Amino acid sequence: MLIFTFLKHVGIYCTLMYRVFSQPDQWRMFFRQLPKEMEKLVVNSLGIVVVISIFIGAIMTIQTKLNTEDPLLPVYATGLVTRDTLLLEFSSTIMCLILAGKVGSNIASEIGTMRITEQIDALEIMGVNSANYLILPKIAAFVLLIPCLVFFSMATGLLGGYFACVFTDILTTHDYMIGIQYLFIPYYIFYSVVKTFFFAFIIASVSSYYGYYAYGGALDVGKASTNAVVNSSVIVLIFNVLITNLMLT
Amino acid sequence: MIEVQRVNKSFDEIHVLKDLSARFDSGKMNLIIGQSGSGKTVLMKSIIGLHQADSGKILYDGRNFMQMRFNEIKELRKEVGMLFQGSALFDSLSVLENVMFPLEMFSGMTNREMIARAKFCLIRVNLKEQSFNLSPSEISGGMQKRVAIARAIALNPKYLFCDEPNSGLDPITALVIDKLIQEITAEYNITTIVNTHDMNSVMEVGDHILFIDKGVKAWEGSRNEIFDVSDNDALNEFVFASELFKKVKYALHK
Repeated sequence: MLIFTFLKHVGIYCTLMYRVFSQPDQWRMFFRQLPKEMEKLVVNSLGIVVVISIFIGAIMTIQTKLNTEDPLLPVYATGLVTRDTLLLEFSSTIMCLILAGKVGSNIASEIGTMRITEQIDALEIMGVNSANYLILPKIAAFVLLIPCLVFFSMATGLLGGYFACVFTDILTTHDYMIGIQYLFIPYYIFYSVVKTFFFAFIIASVSSYYGYYAYGGALDVGKASTNAVVNSSVIVLIFNVLITNLMLT
Repeated sequence: MIEVQRVNKSFDEIHVLKDLSARFDSGKMNLIIGQSGSGKTVLMKSIIGLHQADSGKILYDGRNFMQMRFNEIKELRKEVGMLFQGSALFDSLSVLENVMFPLEMFSGMTNREMIARAKFCLIRVNLKEQSFNLSPSEISGGMQKRVAIARAIALNPKYLFCDEPNSGLDPITALVIDKLIQEITAEYNITTIVNTHDMNSVMEVGDHILFIDKGVKAWEGSRNEIFDVSDNDALNEFVFASELFKKVKYALHK
């Protein structure tokens, strides 16, 4: 029974995506929506990305240093571990899980509210492809600008580690700077950015799916929003394993 | 003109519309009435295509809606305007932008022409220019209905559907909205179908009335005939549910 429910969801999701990726009724309307969505989904997420990255970068530096108090370990170990953790996992996967909460719930509740207040029906009656009009700009905006958030997260995370060195004296800034530059592999950034393209698509499309097929009242929009966040997070984690296996092994 | 021929619609085990046939002429206010759960909303949604009827024919001036392809339905919908129960105005757009929306999508007009057309429609529904730049949440329920009517007529539709147009409105505003729809229907010779259970609306604007009971057509006629039906218990129960109409009937037969 569970497998049938799963297949049913996959089928409806694919049908929705087919409608989303058809040609817009008016490209002019699409390009008008795109910057609005970019601002709403990405620019407005910049604050939370920066704050979380700075603090996590600082905490990571402190904890790495505390757990590697060994004279045999080189001084640059703390910086190196902080950098690689940020580049490989935090700024892509963990940041996308956080964004699944913020952006995913935003998308699902917005589209869900439009559904229950008959605004989507109104679009359909007018002959507008509502899925394409509402969802495509969101997916495009989020996928196109997600690398910016990743770069901001990486930079501010490393900055957070630097601040931890300045304000706590657990490590000299000199050692930290050596650590974050030591054995730098640029491919890690490429890997991280590629992952986030997939994650951004998953978050935007899965959340749109739950919002688009919401029905009932305010309570059901809340449920759709919760389902959007939970399911997109789980799918992001599954794809994280798959992509990591493909790109790093 | 819209014709519905032997339409059936079920949801799982529940047979909502049973072999329902009706004809809705242009230039008239066609009212679908009935108790809650009688199937009138399902009928309207089946006619528009928000629900897919299981069998039967739905003819828009002879064109069978149920046999239309996706692109044909899309083209037909440019000829359709709809007024939703909750107005369904787009929250993110201003009053003027809401009315301009269908024009931007399908008219091919210049920006100046679209603004002029949208303003014409808004003035036609008696809205003042001061409200044009407000958002839907900043205007009253009655004004929202007017904006929704303006949006529905922006593309000069041939068919207008109104789902409970005066629900949630006070009796005076409800009457104004009913009269407005009636005027627009006659002015542009639109085929208008109104879904309502408000007997005041029925008596004010009901040119052609279709009474649905338990998914079947139980009566058809005009507002002038509805008080004289003696052999239809379901209709009488519906029409004379309120004390006011009982007194009117009593006064008429005295």
